[in-house]
Amino acid sequence: MSSPTLPPSESFKFSMLLSDTRYRGMSLQVITFIIFMAVFFWLVDNTIKNLALLDKDVSFNFLWLRAGYDINQRLIPYTNDSTHGMAALVGILNTLLVAFVGCIIATILGLFVGILRLSKNWIVAKLMSAYIEGFRNVPILLWIVMVFALLTEFTPAPRAFKGAEPEATMLFFESVAITNRGTYFPAPVLAEGAYWLLLCFGLSIVAAIYFIRYANKQKKDTGKSLPTFWVSSLVIVFPTLILYFAMGQPVSLEYPYLKGFNFKDGIHLRNSFLALTLALAFYTSAFIAEIVRAGIMAVSKGQSEAAASLGLRPNKIMSLIILPQALRIIVPPLISNYLNLTKNSSLAIAVGYMDVRGTLGGITLNQTGRELESMLLLMGFYLAVSLLISSFINYFNRSFQIVVR
Amino acid sequence: MKKLFLGVLTALALAAGGTFAGTLDDVKARGNLLCGVSTGAPGFATIDDSGKDVGFDVDYCRALAAAIFGDPMAVKFVGLTSAVRFTALAAGEVDILARNTTWTYSRDTDLKQTFLGVNYYDGQGFMVKKELGVKSTTELDGATVCIQVGTTTELNLADYFKENGMSYEPVPTADNAESQQQYLAGACDTYTTDASALHGTRVNLEKPDDHLVLPEIISKEPLGPLVRHGDDNWADIGRWVLNALVIAEEKGITKGNIDSWKDTKDAEIHRLLGTGDGDILAMVGLPKNAMYNAIKAGGNYGEIFENNLGATSGINIERGVNASWTKGGILYSPPFR
Ligand SMILES: N[C@@H](CCC(=O)N[C@@H](CS)C(=O)NCC(=O)O)C(=O)O
Repeated sequence: MSSPTLPPSESFKFSMLLSDTRYRGMSLQVITFIIFMAVFFWLVDNTIKNLALLDKDVSFNFLWLRAGYDINQRLIPYTNDSTHGMAALVGILNTLLVAFVGCIIATILGLFVGILRLSKNWIVAKLMSAYIEGFRNVPILLWIVMVFALLTEFTPAPRAFKGAEPEATMLFFESVAITNRGTYFPAPVLAEGAYWLLLCFGLSIVAAIYFIRYANKQKKDTGKSLPTFWVSSLVIVFPTLILYFAMGQPVSLEYPYLKGFNFKDGIHLRNSFLALTLALAFYTSAFIAEIVRAGIMAVSKGQSEAAASLGLRPNKIMSLIILPQALRIIVPPLISNYLNLTKNSSLAIAVGYMDVRGTLGGITLNQTGRELESMLLLMGFYLAVSLLISSFINYFNRSFQIVVR
Repeated sequence: MKKLFLGVLTALALAAGGTFAGTLDDVKARGNLLCGVSTGAPGFATIDDSGKDVGFDVDYCRALAAAIFGDPMAVKFVGLTSAVRFTALAAGEVDILARNTTWTYSRDTDLKQTFLGVNYYDGQGFMVKKELGVKSTTELDGATVCIQVGTTTELNLADYFKENGMSYEPVPTADNAESQQQYLAGACDTYTTDASALHGTRVNLEKPDDHLVLPEIISKEPLGPLVRHGDDNWADIGRWVLNALVIAEEKGITKGNIDSWKDTKDAEIHRLLGTGDGDILAMVGLPKNAMYNAIKAGGNYGEIFENNLGATSGINIERGVNASWTKGGILYSPPFR
């Protein structure tokens, strides 16, 4: 008998836009949008007017003008005759280098510290928590400056290596020099034919990967485990080694040596780079350690007990049972720590490391007076990197979240 | 809704109304002058043991404040590094920059700054530790050099080494303190900046005699105060306070004898000190005795130089080209008429 009673048809009134629940949601959204756009246009308008008052315009032409300043660490050819655009690029690569190396070190350290913090050994566990608390609770800027101070104040100047009885000597058979301007390593020099070696090395790695796959399949199918580690190490090292000697050693090492004020040749890792990378890596590793610990603890205890009752050793349990499951929990917050590290690298200026904030957002901005443009480009760069990293790892994450048992 | 729109409209109107045109009015309304100085360049702008700002640039701003308010203490000093100074000025965080800033073409035109004149003719020099045994900049091939970012220094350095076919490794730093620390720690072989600042810095080191400012000067660095484009009246005020200090030295008007010129026959002095009949300072909106107050604040140009950079200060910089034109220098002010 119940037929839905229709609401008494009412003619539409303007006030219903807010009082009637059918329209309210929609109208609130429209209002919010209008306010947002109004504020946005107000800001843009304000900026344009204020720039005009200062007699300035918006133009990106400066990117094609001569920069005129030198940059100490360059991954691509750059001189003071290059453009501001190139200087920005040099800075971008320097930022990416710190971010890349920093993330790798932070991950490895974080993994170890995180696992060891759960150790049954009281001293180890406490040491690890001291490490974590120490790095997490002190602002990153202080760590950067502190590492830099340690590297510059307690190491000898290049001059100390001079003379018949020098105050300082190079390490590892005269090959590594640690100075207050950075550390110098021998650099590989590729002679003719060296590319064949690289090719050979690359192919060996591919072969090793295939072998590991084959071994895994064998294990799944027959339960037999092959000595993967040994075989793949040999596959990687041997052919290249034989070729190296067969071709008359086409790769040699170029040792750093003292000439004039500084060491020449070799690879020079500047203290600014070392301090920034290490401080960022230590700091971030403390956060990663906590994520790793949380991930491990989130795997139910039954898993390790079951594994133990099957007779697996503790380190096998960790690497075969716990970590693979913990990884799913670990990866998403790991992304945000990678992003943090990348963004924190913009503190580089504190130790004079020429990252993109230092070139484009520092010297170029100051020399050209293009504050707005430089800042927009900088923001665009950090945004792009962040989106790239997160989409990459999200993809990675999704691909193994699917395997839910 | 209507109210909201009105609100947005007023906001828009306000945005359109905010201008930098009336800097003098803004300064008067605020009750003090915001003066951008260096974060610490001995002789130019430092903070003494009693917490007071002192220095050559500081004294110029005090004179300007005295001209406006009759009170040399009506200034708030804002320490700015080389890299942020122009942005701070353009954004209105300071009314004027008096911060060892070199007058260059691109800063004048592209960066939209108005330079008010030159208060110190400087040039870029290099400081080294004596133990290095370096006697000339031509021996610096391959050296590691400390420089402050955002300066003419880093551009000159690049040009100079290129011209002379030498190489170097720059160590960029944010300010004088950091450069000094790196230099002392031996992280760089030489520290380069304006020679005046080098002399000031050297004198204040623990063992000044262990350090040497090399004889070569590799650039022209005419330093002077500056304001942002767009307020010519404000620029005129700053320019003429500087000129007044220079004229005062020319005429022999000092902080001590400034009150004894009432009977002079020199009409320019009467115009300058506001003791004559006319009031030409009203044209820029300053009180009649503005320049009297400005000179009274820290003395004439020569006295300010002597107290902060010359013999009295211990830095012992010679007047050299910075002497008045009447004494063989190139300091020459247009007439006060
Ligand atoms: N005159 C040059 C250099 C100015 C400069 O940075 N001078 C140094 C000399 S020490 C300074 O004032 N540093 C103080 C500070 O770091 O704030 C310019 O205008 O670019």
